[in-house]
Amino acid sequence: MADETQVVVATGADVAHGAESGLVFHPMDQFLVKPIFGQAGDPVFWYTPTNVTLWLGLSVLAIFALMVLTTSRRSVIPSRGQSVAELSYGFIYKMVEDITGKEGLKYFPYIMTLFMFIVSANFLGLLPTAFTTTSHIAVTAVLGFAVFFAVTILGFVLNGFGFLGLFWVSSAPLALRPILAVIELISYFVRPVSHSIRLAGNMMAGHAVIKVFAAFAAVTAVAPVSVAAIAAIYGLEVLVCFIQAYVFTILTCVYLKDALHPAH
Amino acid sequence: MEGELAQMGQFIGAGLTAFGMGGAAIGVGNVAGNYLAGALRNPSAAAGQTATLFIGIAFAEALGIFSFLVALLLMFAV
Repeated sequence: MADETQVVVATGADVAHGAESGLVFHPMDQFLVKPIFGQAGDPVFWYTPTNVTLWLGLSVLAIFALMVLTTSRRSVIPSRGQSVAELSYGFIYKMVEDITGKEGLKYFPYIMTLFMFIVSANFLGLLPTAFTTTSHIAVTAVLGFAVFFAVTILGFVLNGFGFLGLFWVSSAPLALRPILAVIELISYFVRPVSHSIRLAGNMMAGHAVIKVFAAFAAVTAVAPVSVAAIAAIYGLEVLVCFIQAYVFTILTCVYLKDALHPAH
Repeated sequence: MEGELAQMGQFIGAGLTAFGMGGAAIGVGNVAGNYLAGALRNPSAAAGQTATLFIGIAFAEALGIFSFLVALLLMFAV
């Protein structure tokens, strides 16, 4: 009896990994960093061109194609590409202006760069067999910590030690302020962590879910359901890709606003 | 045996972090539901608050993602 349950459990796991049919893959296999040239098991050094390098480069090329090529022959009646470029510019410009105010517009190029990079990396990652660069914490942590350090340094440069007023909630009762200061301090230092893990976690989880359903497509009985589920989750992922880039950008704006106006 | 027990604990712990997902779901649902309730009462004010909506969702979701992080740490780092 005990052996039987053992067998059932084993086949369940094997089916999930597609071992029963020809489709053998693990849902997390898509996140492996592999060198482009040479064998799969080759060591990866910092200078090795890997699939991460390839897709990071491709996302930069995609931004170039969207923002430079489509606007090179611009016209009063915009082409489709030109409209997308202009819409994304106006969208981010308005967001920065709404949240940080007029003085935040000086930092608009940085925020626009962040948004375009993340959104194009996310969308390129949705192509079948593509590698999602933003699903790696190594990539998003660089972006997140860059924002964190930039905002902290900017806050001290612009406000001097007045920037510490961010942690001293002057609208609260005096007795509560030290406790609030500790909480504010913790939440300030958690920012880069949550900022980067939110993006990486969302990307990784969504793509892993698609792969899990893809493995179930090998089982004939549930194949139609799982193919439909893949289509549905793919649609959701298109939405999530944009929303996560938007959230990353909007949080950057919020942090920037704190640096510009630290007083509570 | 001791290694197996530790591994079992790892898997159980990683599975338990799925409860964090439920918490994040409640949080995100609260934010979006209250936004919708407010937006239906005063539709003209709704457009100006979409940024706040997304910031609220992002903060509520971050805690769910921390539980995902705990699962990842249990599975691959411990």
